[in-house]
Amino acid sequence: MSKFRKNDSNELPPISTASLPDIVFMLLFFFMVSTTMREVTLMVQVHIPEATELSKLEKKSLVSYIYVGTPIKQYQGIFGSEPRIQLNDQFAQASDIIDYITAEREARDEAEVPMMITSLKVDEFTKMGIVTDIKQELRRASALHINYSSRKSSAVE
Amino acid sequence: MARKVPEIPASSLADIAFMLLIFFLVTTTMDVDSGLERRLPPMPPEDQIDDDTPPIKERNVFVVLVNAQDQLLVEGDWTDVKDLRDKAKEFMANPNNSENLPEKTMKQVPYFGEVGITKGVISLRNDVGTSYGTYIAVQNELVAAINELREETANQKFGKSFDRLESDQQDAIKEIYPSKISEAEPKKVGGR
Repeated sequence: MSKFRKNDSNELPPISTASLPDIVFMLLFFFMVSTTMREVTLMVQVHIPEATELSKLEKKSLVSYIYVGTPIKQYQGIFGSEPRIQLNDQFAQASDIIDYITAEREARDEAEVPMMITSLKVDEFTKMGIVTDIKQELRRASALHINYSSRKSSAVE
Repeated sequence: MARKVPEIPASSLADIAFMLLIFFLVTTTMDVDSGLERRLPPMPPEDQIDDDTPPIKERNVFVVLVNAQDQLLVEGDWTDVKDLRDKAKEFMANPNNSENLPEKTMKQVPYFGEVGITKGVISLRNDVGTSYGTYIAVQNELVAAINELREETANQKFGKSFDRLESDQQDAIKEIYPSKISEAEPKKVGGR
């Protein structure tokens, strides 16, 4: 019996943790690569609608975002509880969209400008009036390629 | 004679890496942005005063109206969002060449030969008071109708899913089932 268990009295040797940093670093790099930092702090509540016919936004760098929704609690005193437009980090009017699109275009390379997409992140319960105003402004700015941000609908047909 | 440099303890490396890892775990948002992709029509030139486009026949237009209470009127009938897809499909396909569904023009399409291409246009008009959720649901159904028709044609003709076809095959199918959804400017009836 004792042939195979020579150090019967000894405890189990401690598990070596020398490779732990390597594993953690691997995880770390995975998250660093896959992460996308939020560029703006949302000042409006946006609960985007559900849809099935989705297409993905491939190039994040070519996308400019327009948020529409009711202002969050801390801004409701100033801006009321009606849906508002948020561009970058501030509330805006529909008429500011042209300037915003121009600024976004200027920030990009000239060759990339035709490929730019405007993503509309609009709350489900917003009335269409404000959305139509935005669409008209986008047409005026000739930013015609748009994407109505929506979630994959969870209901299975 | 080089003196031996004492080894740097690496035991705290794991802790530092963990701290970074937790930071990225917390800040990460894994969701891929996706949505309904649409193209807006360009603004008409300002000097265009009178509309000289020929009028479209009534049988060629699929009218979808959405009111401020999020109710749908499709071709004069009150309809549920669920039934919209089938109606739109029937309109765009017109399989029996029926009289009150849109006309077709014969055209040469690569891979298919001479095919009748529908002249149908989907016209969507919503109210200022329509909620955005309903608007997206309607848009989604209309896009889905056209996508399903394309998918069916791809399966029939090539035995493959539309996404897996070559780009010129896709273009041929797109020519047969064009995505013609026009949006009229909303009317301001009811709502805020």
